[in-house]
Amino acid sequence: FMKGSTPKEERSVHTHNCLSVISFLEGDEDEDTNTISQADIADAVDITSGSKYFNLHLSQFGPYRLDYSRTGRNLLVGGKKGHVACIDWQTKDLKCEMNVMETVNDVKWLHTEAMFAVAQKRWLYIYDSKGVELHCVKKFNDVLRMQFLPYHFLLATASATGFLQYLDVSIGKEVAAICTKMGRLDVMAQNPHNAVIHLGHPNGTVSLWSPNQKESLVKMLCHRGAVRSLAVDKTGTYMVTSGLDRKLKVYDIRAFKPLHSCFLPAGASCLSLSQRGLLSAATGEIVQVYQNVLGSNPVSKPYMAHRLRGQIWGLAYCPFEDVLGIGHGEGFTSMIVPGAGEPNFDALDTNPYRSHKQRQEWEVKALLEKVQPELIGLDPGQLSKVDQASFEQRHKEQIEALGFDPLAKDKFKPRTKKKGRSSAGAIEKRKRKVAHEDQRDEIRQSVQERTEREKELKEKSNEKKLGNKSTLDRFRK
Amino acid sequence: QRRAIPFTLGVPRNYDPTLHPFEVPREYTRALNATKLERVFAKPFVASLDGHRDGISCITKHAKSLSTIISGACDGEVKVWNLPRQECLRTVQAHEGFVRGICSRFCGTSFFTVGDDKTIKQWNWEAPGYGVREEPINTILGKAVFTGIDHHQREGTFVTCGQTVDIWDEQRSSPIRSFSWGVDSFSCVRYNPVETELLASCASDRSVVLYDTRESAPLRKVIMQLRSNTLCWNPMEAYYFTCANEDYNLYTYDIRHLDVPVTVHMDHVSAVLDVDYSPTGREFVSASFDKTIRIFPKDKGHSREVYHTKRMQHVICVRWSADNKYVLSGSDEMNIRLWKANASEKLGLLSAREKAATHYNKKLIEKFQHHPQVRRIARHRHLPGDILKQKRELREMREAQRRKEQNVRKHSKPGSVPLLTEKEKHVVAVVE
Repeated sequence: FMKGSTPKEERSVHTHNCLSVISFLEGDEDEDTNTISQADIADAVDITSGSKYFNLHLSQFGPYRLDYSRTGRNLLVGGKKGHVACIDWQTKDLKCEMNVMETVNDVKWLHTEAMFAVAQKRWLYIYDSKGVELHCVKKFNDVLRMQFLPYHFLLATASATGFLQYLDVSIGKEVAAICTKMGRLDVMAQNPHNAVIHLGHPNGTVSLWSPNQKESLVKMLCHRGAVRSLAVDKTGTYMVTSGLDRKLKVYDIRAFKPLHSCFLPAGASCLSLSQRGLLSAATGEIVQVYQNVLGSNPVSKPYMAHRLRGQIWGLAYCPFEDVLGIGHGEGFTSMIVPGAGEPNFDALDTNPYRSHKQRQEWEVKALLEKVQPELIGLDPGQLSKVDQASFEQRHKEQIEALGFDPLAKDKFKPRTKKKGRSSAGAIEKRKRKVAHEDQRDEIRQSVQERTEREKELKEKSNEKKLGNKSTLDRFRK
Repeated sequence: QRRAIPFTLGVPRNYDPTLHPFEVPREYTRALNATKLERVFAKPFVASLDGHRDGISCITKHAKSLSTIISGACDGEVKVWNLPRQECLRTVQAHEGFVRGICSRFCGTSFFTVGDDKTIKQWNWEAPGYGVREEPINTILGKAVFTGIDHHQREGTFVTCGQTVDIWDEQRSSPIRSFSWGVDSFSCVRYNPVETELLASCASDRSVVLYDTRESAPLRKVIMQLRSNTLCWNPMEAYYFTCANEDYNLYTYDIRHLDVPVTVHMDHVSAVLDVDYSPTGREFVSASFDKTIRIFPKDKGHSREVYHTKRMQHVICVRWSADNKYVLSGSDEMNIRLWKANASEKLGLLSAREKAATHYNKKLIEKFQHHPQVRRIARHRHLPGDILKQKRELREMREAQRRKEQNVRKHSKPGSVPLLTEKEKHVVAVVE
């Protein structure tokens, strides 16, 4: 019942240097793919892939949050009652394990597998991969959620007091502390395309933040109840939100327009988007994976589903593998989702098979290229665009300083020709040929000015009409 | 073997742009780093050649060898230097009084010097043997002091200037032709390296005169507001020459249209004394009475580089070496200094990776050169205190003049005060 086929559309995406292709789960004619169980998939595939489905029974220390490192080799699990462990999940090699004796709200890897951050009950702690506590950052208190911006080396934290704080992990300084004034922040996502932080709020709005502004960049009303989960795809085009009104909505984040929404009988408490665009939604004890969510077609039925035994608390796709990690009340489950991961990695960027030397080289280059937080905005390519506004400003100042416009075209002076071709009449004829071009510019300018003036007058008269309602108008001069 | 990873795996790449976000900010950060590193590695001073016992009045390059130069001092001494070893090969007491000009013959076997003792002397490039006295091959006595000399590119003729511009044949002891145009003295004469029959000279009546050796009279002259000290022809473009003027500017003229200079190069704060083009013809270096040398691109109005040292006093002469890498400056504190033309260039053999990195960094700086942060760092040059002060003063003076002109124009009949661009302001007349 399971075939590894290579759909042609997937193959045409990467035509160069393609080592691996993507294959999806395909069922028999009358079989729904979401009824195929994980155990069956694990039996049907080879041993290595089959071992990617496993369960860690950790029922003592509360529901688990998880984070995969950027290369996908290491997994960090943090239980709410204080259990923090980091594992190389493919070899099941335990790197470190400890109990921090406090509530753990969130765990996150920093730029390499050498350090991770744990948001504990009061403060933010940074540990080494061996479990040695490196820093206790007291400035970051009551942190509920964290997101790491890899190219800026910024750890963004959302706190219960409504503060959004950014910590630069390469120099160890707090870059920005923004008082969002929107209450308790416990829904957070990052847009990997432009490093903007998305926060979901109990009044159904999603706000977008950058460390350069004290106010949000954008505020969108997404749901009629509280927003419970957010996910943004890697190209920065689509945002998937789920709320207490039991709806799952897909928005186009570039134009801020809703694309489609679907009704889930129980609202999704966790959302995660894979590198290839598969969406996983967790409702209670069930995880459902949807295909082809991003786009204009509404989603119909799930691609895969899995039922667990504990309440789901964390959901994350492993970067270059077909694996979905689920943290729940009874521990951790790793689920096989064919077609989820990007098969072709770039060895010079994030390389799951990198050696010690390669990692060192990559770290140095990444630190040298670290983007400054001032460049975070809705459009990451803004530096490459022409700054028309300041050009015009400078041009105006230049005209004032010089007294004339250096870019203005000179009036057309026709060349004098020989053999009687430059009589007065001939010159006038030549001038008239060019004259209408200059005239056209002048006419266009005057027409523009006139329309602008008329618009202003209209607006003023509209204001007058609307403003006439006040009874105190007769006292206004 | 340099590979740290197994040969079979290689380095798989995926150029999908969604896997490499933030391309513009990352490239911008790399450009910023490249600009900063360029400033960090900008150490242009290479060596100083000392040994002269009086200020240096002229330098000339060997026609065939990159490693030899000759310099003449104000006490009549001429020294031949070996640049790689930075040592003086030979000293000749050529004249009594200043050595006004030196030029090397195109074949590279001899060089000519002119001095304050009204003589032209021709010397051998090779030193005489042991115990043999240093004697010129040829001595020509003139009637008046010669102030400059230049040699033809291919034939055995040379030109001197003094009270008249004389063209000499090496075999004769009197000039074959003499040009004069009612001027009492000329300060500099140069042959055009491309159009070898053209000459230009700087005259004391604030003009630059053009000659053709095939004609009997000078071609034309352009009169400016202040006198030009030296001029240099562009070795790549036959019709452009640049003259170094006393009014702190350099002017590039096209010989076909002498009424307006092609470019006015403004950046010096005192009289410009010497100018020399790079062999690529894209840049030139100028020496000024303010104690700096500046490198200008040929088409821009401002310098891209300024070199100065506390020990370097008024720079009298500059030359750009023939391999486009070094600039030599001779100043009146008896030293010749060797500078890198590209201040942050690494000398010597570069490995392929170093070359690739340098090219990439140069291209990054070029791509982001207009961004304000990159521009601010790339443009920044340290200037000595008095030059900075003088520069600010000059800027204020120019602003004040411009403001006054504008006010006059504003309050007079429109069209009565004509609008003159900077280029048009400096030429007084062109005389045929």
